[in-house]
Amino acid sequence: MTDPLLTIDGLSIDFTVDGSTSRAVDRASLEVMPGEVVALVGESGSGKSATAMAVLGLLPRTATVAGSIRLRDLELSGLDDEQLRSVRGRRVAMVFQDPQGALNPVFSIGFQLMEAVRQQDPSLDRAGRRARAIELLGQVEIPDPESRLGYYPHQLSGGQCQRVMIAMALASEPELLIADEPTTALDVTVQAEILEVLRRLRDRLSTAILLITHDMGVVADLADRVVVMRRGEIVETNTAVELFERPQADYTRELLAAVPRIGLRPSPTALDPAAPVLEVADLVVDYRSRLRGTFRAVDHVSFTVGPHEIVALVGESGSGKTTVGRCAIGLAPISGGHVRVGGIDVVGASVAERRTMHRTVGVVFQNPAASLNPRYTVEQTVSEPLSVILGVRGRELRERVVGLLESVGLSGDWMSRYAHELSGGQRQRVSIARAVALEPKLLIADEPTSALDVSVQARVLDVFRELQSSLGFACLFISHDLAVVDSLCDRIAVMQRGRLVEYGDREDVLTRPGDDYTRRLVASVPVPDPVLQAQRRQERLAS
Amino acid sequence: MAKVIGGRVLELVIVFFGVTFVIYAMVFALPGDPIRALAGERPIAESTIATLRAAYHLDDPLLVQYFRYLGGLFTGDFGTDFSGRPVGAQILRAWPVTLVLALSAWAIEIVVGLGLGLVAALKRNTWIDRTILVTTILATAIPVFVVGVSAQLLFGVRWGILPVAGDKAGWPVAFILPAAVIALYGLAVVSRLMRSSVIDNLGMDYVRTARAKGLSRRRVVGVHVLRNSAIPAVTFLATDLGYLLGGAVVVEGIFNLPGIGNLLFGAIRSHEGPTVVGISTALILVFLVTSVLVDLLHAALDPRIRHD
Repeated sequence: MTDPLLTIDGLSIDFTVDGSTSRAVDRASLEVMPGEVVALVGESGSGKSATAMAVLGLLPRTATVAGSIRLRDLELSGLDDEQLRSVRGRRVAMVFQDPQGALNPVFSIGFQLMEAVRQQDPSLDRAGRRARAIELLGQVEIPDPESRLGYYPHQLSGGQCQRVMIAMALASEPELLIADEPTTALDVTVQAEILEVLRRLRDRLSTAILLITHDMGVVADLADRVVVMRRGEIVETNTAVELFERPQADYTRELLAAVPRIGLRPSPTALDPAAPVLEVADLVVDYRSRLRGTFRAVDHVSFTVGPHEIVALVGESGSGKTTVGRCAIGLAPISGGHVRVGGIDVVGASVAERRTMHRTVGVVFQNPAASLNPRYTVEQTVSEPLSVILGVRGRELRERVVGLLESVGLSGDWMSRYAHELSGGQRQRVSIARAVALEPKLLIADEPTSALDVSVQARVLDVFRELQSSLGFACLFISHDLAVVDSLCDRIAVMQRGRLVEYGDREDVLTRPGDDYTRRLVASVPVPDPVLQAQRRQERLAS
Repeated sequence: MAKVIGGRVLELVIVFFGVTFVIYAMVFALPGDPIRALAGERPIAESTIATLRAAYHLDDPLLVQYFRYLGGLFTGDFGTDFSGRPVGAQILRAWPVTLVLALSAWAIEIVVGLGLGLVAALKRNTWIDRTILVTTILATAIPVFVVGVSAQLLFGVRWGILPVAGDKAGWPVAFILPAAVIALYGLAVVSRLMRSSVIDNLGMDYVRTARAKGLSRRRVVGVHVLRNSAIPAVTFLATDLGYLLGGAVVVEGIFNLPGIGNLLFGAIRSHEGPTVVGISTALILVFLVTSVLVDLLHAALDPRIRHD
């Protein structure tokens, strides 16, 4: 058996902030063999990123590292910045989660690539560096690499930026590539492409990859072996196939059970199409900018949401799905067509009609941390719509708030807490409680679980389903996650570049998509099963 | 970009007319009769007053006077003051002094301000950072005439290292003290801006990328962080140059430098309307030019603005 490339042995990481110390990683040990893809899996706060950062000594100053990290025979832990430079970029390279933020905004990608090239091979002259940079961009399949050198990060999409990051990481043909959530910030079809790029690099350069992710689908797609972390400890190490078929640890089983999958739920009974709660007819939204001219964000979109029905609005970033949702609550400029909420047209509604409308529509936004007032307690947040709009006061108000919080699974003890004292899942429950406080006929949920860990997401979705069946509101559920949509919704509308490309019953859209783009979207979702995923990948590449 | 610059130029034209008119009208409305002020204590014949008033068009309506003045401006004529000296020549004589003073002060702001800010950020929460913080707060808190007079007393009178006043000694000796006194305030602001900007940028993801690439700390800070961090400080510096070129009335007074500030002060005191308006107009032009400069500098430093 060959010697491991990377050996992490008894690694502990403590963070000291304001005198109090918390342990992020607790005696973790793992190995990465040459040319192997090892996935380090866990939820946020599990210590997986800290472990990865520790390898290259990139942790903040507040961190204390104990234990051993060896790259072949070289002990990395304890080395200072200057000594680590011979390893960084040369033998071990890194790719990060937010590709646009990871590139310097004021330098061209050519500059940043050539800087990496010079770092590895100072003997190259300017022309040589340029040629190498072009070659690297070609390797990560950036079209027309030569002209792209002069581009700045903000001129490229997230997927292209991530390719540039990978190209930069490959400048030295490193032995190990550490990829920290490399596809989390990307759309699902782009994610599939980036994973393909990583796989080809591994095959061609036999670079080992330490893949940090929370997405079991990504694990199934790429990993040979899997290390599962929870609260700083490693709970299971297994081959990918074994892990998905016969998970050993209880936590791994929980994690796998929480992953939403497509095609596990039978279709519901037919719904009453009469008197829709939300009717979007021929909706057009143009954004005018003095410099860029007119940008059509929503292009003649029509669909309806009936009573008690959950309709998913699906699409990638920039598809216009969020704008449609904003139109329904009067937050986006409507350039043409109609949006009717409970029969009232948003365009030209009188002040009184608007007030009625606000009462019948509840909204839940994606980022619960940003959409809750940080200076309000949970009680203030949830009681505000009741007291301001319905004029409920005193004991009745308090009882209703307690009732609402209980309906989202939070006990009354949470009432006096502030948003920053809650976890992401708890915050989103508070958001939901606030949104349903007025018993709306329509709930607009814009990516309500996208910022949450998968097990938390599963619990929030449960709460959502229970509430919906007890209160019976109709819902426009905006999401990019087809698996979540599948587990929750009745009908699906798919948007691409402002247009509605497909609209129909959930099962039809997901299993028999009529549109090419929908087909691509469905095929790109990685399934948490390595064998099935390999098969799907073959099919996707063949088509 | 061309569209943006075109828009800016249009704004400039509007601002130029608006501001010059307001100043002209204000000077026009100043209490006191300039002809009487010119005469001083001597008695003056009514006929002479009438002749002088006619010569200076003082009896025309405000708008007519204003447009006549503007017409002169476009041919490079700033008019004459009530003693018959051309205002343009006075401004030209005073300006070099102010220009040298302003640029010297500006250079001090850039070098010391950016430097202190960078050092404070890199050594944050150490005694070095705290010392810089306290010093810069003091610098902004003490009124400029106190600093000016004290500096004059210590360096000029007591220790005799630098000239007490006047510009006889020439650059740089005569300008070190006044420039440093003027720069003190801007320097404090620049260093605070730079400090927070560098700290923000040090926490950015791209810095982590640069370190992961294996770049030296010197290059990470000197190339990647510096350019990003300089953007807010540069905005302030460019605007500040406009202020500095306007002359420092107090400091020029303390150090007896015959610059724009001194000229303006004298002109206001003796109701020399044409001189006040002339200087103000010239200052507005400088200001407008520096504001365009800020935009261009911004675009040069930050490609996101360039492509907007």
